[in-house]
Amino acid sequence: MESLIAPLLNGTADGALLLIAALGLALTFGQMGVINMAHGEFLLAGAVSAYWTQGVVSNTNISILLALPVAFVFAGLLGLVLEITVIQWMYDRPLDTLLATVGVSLGLQQLFLQHYPSGVPVKKPSLLDGQLDVFGYAWPLRQIFTICLALVCLAGLAALLRYTTFGRRIRATVQNRPLAETLGIATRSVDRLTFFIGSGLAGLGGVAASLIGGTNSQLGTRYIILAFLVVVAGGLGQLRGTVIAAWAVGVSTAYFADWTTGSLASVITFGLVVVFLQVRPQGLFTIRTRGLA
Amino acid sequence: MTRTRSRVAAASVIALAAAIGLSACGGSKAGDDTTSTSSESCVDTSGDTVKLGLINSLTGAMAISETTVSSVLHMAADEINADGGIMGKQIELVQEDGATDWPTFAEKTEKLITKDCVAAIFGGWTSSSRKAMKPVAEKYNSLLFYPVQYEGLEASKNIYYTGATTNQQILPAMEFLKSKGVKTLFLAGSDYVFPRTANAIIKLYAEELGIEIVGEEYVPLDKDDWTTQVSKIVDAKPDFIFNTINGSSNVGFIKAYTDAGLTAETTPIISVSIAEEEAPNMGADVTGQYAAWNYFQSVQSPANEKFIADWVAYDGPSDVTSDPMEAAYDSMYLYKAMVEKAGSFDVDKINAVSDGVSFDAPEGTVVIDGENHHISKPGLIGQINADNQFDIVWESDGPIEPDPFLEGYSWFPEATRDALVAAAG
Repeated sequence: MESLIAPLLNGTADGALLLIAALGLALTFGQMGVINMAHGEFLLAGAVSAYWTQGVVSNTNISILLALPVAFVFAGLLGLVLEITVIQWMYDRPLDTLLATVGVSLGLQQLFLQHYPSGVPVKKPSLLDGQLDVFGYAWPLRQIFTICLALVCLAGLAALLRYTTFGRRIRATVQNRPLAETLGIATRSVDRLTFFIGSGLAGLGGVAASLIGGTNSQLGTRYIILAFLVVVAGGLGQLRGTVIAAWAVGVSTAYFADWTTGSLASVITFGLVVVFLQVRPQGLFTIRTRGLA
Repeated sequence: MTRTRSRVAAASVIALAAAIGLSACGGSKAGDDTTSTSSESCVDTSGDTVKLGLINSLTGAMAISETTVSSVLHMAADEINADGGIMGKQIELVQEDGATDWPTFAEKTEKLITKDCVAAIFGGWTSSSRKAMKPVAEKYNSLLFYPVQYEGLEASKNIYYTGATTNQQILPAMEFLKSKGVKTLFLAGSDYVFPRTANAIIKLYAEELGIEIVGEEYVPLDKDDWTTQVSKIVDAKPDFIFNTINGSSNVGFIKAYTDAGLTAETTPIISVSIAEEEAPNMGADVTGQYAAWNYFQSVQSPANEKFIADWVAYDGPSDVTSDPMEAAYDSMYLYKAMVEKAGSFDVDKINAVSDGVSFDAPEGTVVIDGENHHISKPGLIGQINADNQFDIVWESDGPIEPDPFLEGYSWFPEATRDALVAAAG
């Protein structure tokens, strides 16, 4: 029982982290169609924010709570700058966006390396030192924190998109930009705010990621490909598929790692997602519209 | 079925023979190249300087460890220069970044030898980086000084290994575990040549010592989520964990370990790559955990006092000293001693006189074995204290002679040695 439970719970936590990373992409890539390869570095920015706040506030429990808004704003602002300086000129050229943001990604990694050549060690909050007993498996509290954070991000984003005026504007802009403009929506500022929120979410993911391992310049690279994979496999334009895909990738990787080895598990999961996309290239769910586009 | 199998077997024998034949040809050809290039070697020591190359990962996952090695090599060169240089020639360093990328190590090594014309190269950390540089150093008959403990089973006439080989670090660690009454052991390592080979040796020695291996897990060097693997450790409940993880992946391991509620009291770890430099950067408390090395900052000796004082005064990235740093520091002084004994910067002349060359190192006097190009070292086990320094809790009876191929150990079968050497490439 215990050996079956452990990968399920560990995988759920891994999936939750992946979800936070992917939620931002679901917005910027899924909704806006921008392929932002520097999204991973926004995670890194979140991790750095966690390190900074720990430098200012020595109580690790308070600092991690402070780190969340700091990371959101810091990563969000980086995203905003990127949108204004690079991406807004390339909305109709996805390939150029991809190349330009890969460049930005490398630049940001180098900038990080120059300041922190050996990475930034983020300490775990003392309140998360402990485990919850689940059918005999001592489930680390750190993982529960990650899952809660993912749920908060998901609920917040879903509520924003569904119930607020701003959310309606995003959906309107995505579904039919000319019509939205005709109705008086300033689509440019909607784009910018969407990008800010999507990037900010990555910052939150970075705070969670900094509690798992060594925070070095490669942090973003570790998550970016999987996050894109999750968004694509989930289906563009909606959140439900992203959630299921993130969870499925997290849990299956954990089981494969349990049965085989860590290296093989990633290979198998990648392979399965590729096979899945062969069968269902549009992803898990698709949005049907009457639009001609 | 049998027939197919024998056919397959025959085919593989032929393939193997062909491969051996080819490599033999390749070998002799490389030999020809060596003689021709070495006579045309572009190393120029006619002036009053000598160029030496450094190659360390200043970026990427290994930067956490290799940056300080680079700094301490600069410090050693400065000291030697202030003292009159090597045979009166001032050292001029050329630094390259290996970027935690093994092909880059090979390319930069080639560049240092052929473009910068350095007389010798110092650097590398992971075995993968060393294995990338080895054929290049051999091709051009150059010299590489490799300062990190490794899995042994190697001896190149173009490499001097100033870190420990298996019988100077891993075997002492196992003897220490035996003396602690350890019955069960879990092996956790990064997924590359050093941990795989080290664990193959550990398993054999564990059988000899009557220690049971209750699990073995690997995670790629560039991944650092150890959660799933650590939950297997929790299941297996070992007396001790033998950690051969390298670089910042250690941070992920230690965090997952503390996440799961494991502690130094219940399930202690003995590591071979966590030193004074890494201990405070784990993002979690590692007090009470063990490490096997040949040098600790806490070693009591006049040479070590001077080394620490010099390092603190030097404008380096930290104020702590560690084993690979010390081994790198030693390597430059050993090179100076070898050159001065040979009276030449010529690689063949240096190799001819290297046996018995010694240096009063911070860890104690180290002596080069001219046969296998390793050095004698004391085996030490330290326990991390609250200041992230190591209290030495066990030491070998004097320096241990290097035995990279473990030829002096009856429990290590010939066939396994050959298989491991072949597998390690």
